Amino acid sequence: MIAIVDYRAGNLTSVAAAVDKLGFEGKVTSDPADIAAAERVIFPGVGAAESAMANLHEMGLASPLLHAIASGKPFLGICIGFQLLFEYSAEDGGVDCLGALQGRVVRFADDLHEGDEELPLKVPHMGWNHVTFTRSHPVWEGVPTDAEFYFVHSYHPIPIAEDVVGTTTYGIEFASAVARYNLVAFQFHPEKSGRPGLKLLDNFCRWNP
Amino acid sequence: MLSKRIIPCLDVRNGRTTKGVKFENNVDIGDPVDMARYYYEEGADELVFYDITASSEGRGIMLEVVAKVAREIFIPFSVGGGLNTLDDMRAVVLAGAEKVSVNSGAVKNPEIIRQGAEAFGNQCVVLGMDVLKVEVTEATPSGYEIVIHGGRVHTGMDAVEWAQRAESLGAGEICLNSIDADGTREGYEINLTRLISTSVGIPVIASGGAGKPEHLVDVLREGCASAALIASMTHFGGYKVKQLKDHLHEQGVKVRMTW
Repeated sequence: MIAIVDYRAGNLTSVAAAVDKLGFEGKVTSDPADIAAAERVIFPGVGAAESAMANLHEMGLASPLLHAIASGKPFLGICIGFQLLFEYSAEDGGVDCLGALQGRVVRFADDLHEGDEELPLKVPHMGWNHVTFTRSHPVWEGVPTDAEFYFVHSYHPIPIAEDVVGTTTYGIEFASAVARYNLVAFQFHPEKSGRPGLKLLDNFCRWNP
Repeated sequence: MLSKRIIPCLDVRNGRTTKGVKFENNVDIGDPVDMARYYYEEGADELVFYDITASSEGRGIMLEVVAKVAREIFIPFSVGGGLNTLDDMRAVVLAGAEKVSVNSGAVKNPEIIRQGAEAFGNQCVVLGMDVLKVEVTEATPSGYEIVIHGGRVHTGMDAVEWAQRAESLGAGEICLNSIDADGTREGYEINLTRLISTSVGIPVIASGGAGKPEHLVDVLREGCASAALIASMTHFGGYKVKQLKDHLHEQGVKVRMTW
């Protein structure tokens, strides 16, 4: 069973639907026992860091998630579930996060520019963008290198260099995918990124680190 | 680098699309789930469903459509039409839509934008704006006025001021429909699109007037739009999403070419 962690940070319908479509048994759950029993864990979510962290603490999910990561089972963070894995986020005036990964989360600057666009880049970074696979990883297998993925976020993490497996350019180059041992995490939404996104999820669901 | 998005819009009444896509075999498909799947396979970057149902029974049917679409297509989609309360928005989000679009409901009660953003995040709340070109007056200094109910009712609100207010209330995106251009197939209202795009920091989806691939190039470049809404062009205008993207790509506009 794949535990899809529900901590009231957005709608998990699409993640659950994608896992189901791929033929795996997903379970949307807030129960630490499910997270402990799961073969693998997906930690998704959208929204703001402060309320998301508050929910994790209130629902008693912070340490079960850290235990799952430490246990060595495959663990996937998506979007806010990616950012919360770091030590600290600058969102909402500053929030301490889970600290499973070294680094902090910062906001995109308001004056970024790109290509021949005359306006500064919009924040949030919303829409489809490329991910450069900077390091080989089992989740990238069979995913076209020119594929694009769906992003929607105003903040991005600054991980340590050795954890980065994918980068994306939006005025600046930022880390859009990280991996460390049994943990892999994406800033973009694989469940909303068409066939290439489903392929990534499929790879994760079959991955045995 | 971020791609510009091409977004087909599907009008739904009582669970059926009001104008079907004419496929190669010329059979009209009126099932919104089939149409969504068709556009997903065709390379649409996102979809918009606009519920034009009047009855509460139809609303329930729309939620069933949303739930089916959420299980079958794996690109973002928004749902709009007649959403007037936080509960209306919540029902659509729980059914599986990424985004909800508020229009007249927000004009009548702007707080719904803030409530929606607080409940579901800014990225979830799209402000739909129907705009008419008017004379420059004290109330409408930009020369563009917000209208509601398909353009039949004037509000006296200035389009730029409303866009900025909606952004400050927490809207994550604006879907900007020009009533003047809508249905003409003579091109988007570039001036209006540019005016709104340059007045807010959030993405603007241009809507109304698309008839040729060149129109998309114009609005995405000169209009500074982040995305272009299309309807009749691909529903029954003989164009395919892929053709539009090929044209944009050739013209140097970055679009998603692999799916």
